Amino acid sequence: MTTDLGQMDRREAVRELLAERGPLLVVTGLGSPSYDAFAAGDSDGNFYLWGAMGGAGMVGLGLALARPDRPVCVLTGDGEQLMGVGGLLTIAVKRPANLSVVVLDNGHFGETGMQPSHAGLGVDLAAVARGAGFSAVETVGDVAGVRAIRGDLQSLTAGPRFWRLRIAPGNPERALPPRDGVFAKTRFRARLGLPVT
Amino acid sequence: MNVAAYQKGVEKEIDWPGDIFGTLKSAKVRQLCYVPDAGHSRLITLAHADPDMQATVLTTEEEGVALCAGAWLGGDRSALAMQSSGVGNCINMLSLMEMCRFPLLALVTMRGEWAEFNPWQVPMGRATAASLELMGVSVLRIEAPDEAADVVSAAAALAFDADQRIAVLISQRMIGRKKWVEDSK
Repeated sequence: MTTDLGQMDRREAVRELLAERGPLLVVTGLGSPSYDAFAAGDSDGNFYLWGAMGGAGMVGLGLALARPDRPVCVLTGDGEQLMGVGGLLTIAVKRPANLSVVVLDNGHFGETGMQPSHAGLGVDLAAVARGAGFSAVETVGDVAGVRAIRGDLQSLTAGPRFWRLRIAPGNPERALPPRDGVFAKTRFRARLGLPVT
Repeated sequence: MNVAAYQKGVEKEIDWPGDIFGTLKSAKVRQLCYVPDAGHSRLITLAHADPDMQATVLTTEEEGVALCAGAWLGGDRSALAMQSSGVGNCINMLSLMEMCRFPLLALVTMRGEWAEFNPWQVPMGRATAASLELMGVSVLRIEAPDEAADVVSAAAALAFDADQRIAVLISQRMIGRKKWVEDSK
């Protein structure tokens, strides 16, 4: 069983998603989602993971629970979310109203040679999220669709949301955010007015 | 092992999970995440009953490591409760805490080390402290009930003030023998 491939250009999709982001805080999963978010425009409100595979969604949950006054978006890939698939259940049970999980789904492990992932072999992560109990679940196939729903990322009341963005396989030119985790943490906390320890 | 202190604690029936919860509150911990263990059941109940504590049940312990990172990004102090078998599930995720110098306060109830009835608990119980140390987590131990508040208070200071990754291992002796089968009548 295989899944039809997505068509969206990932850089264009993420650029549209994060346009007019306002107060949105963004946590990115390792690999291409971190590059995509950086390419769309670096921000002190971005926290880029370079490892910790499977952890992006849960970093987003801890942040969303700590800051219910701010919208939080987790931007990750299908492979990363598959490794942390149990975390979708934990998020759904905890019901953070200000959290959105956006999975860039090309059905492949892009960073390691484009091996098909479970999401390319028949698993529908949107159906998993729906079954887990996410409040709003969308599968989006084109950039106009991304533009149409991106305003919902600002909502502090209707989450948790799960969006599956069907992107085309392929690795665009690298755009590498800083790899220094302490730097990323410190500037993120400073952005929120928290003490730098 | 401080036998006198241990026996004193048992005789007085010290509410050490209550002491741990009170110490977490004093340390301004606002999030507690956990995979349940019988030894943590009272702590979990207290956390869910407190409107100022976000209590989060996890499907696997590594989720909690990442959750604690996110909590700190947003300005919350957090703690992660698990049993010793869960430490093995956390290994790679602990890289996140070292790379970003996030604080970590883990509370680990031990299995496989004292009057254990289940041999499957022994390998991970034996490897718990060394696994944590290999991944850069410092290990403190609570051996007797009356030590709980003091050790957790010290661990919280190390984690949140000194930016360290700390695991507090809670002796299986404090949790007591698990009754595996009903006594024959």
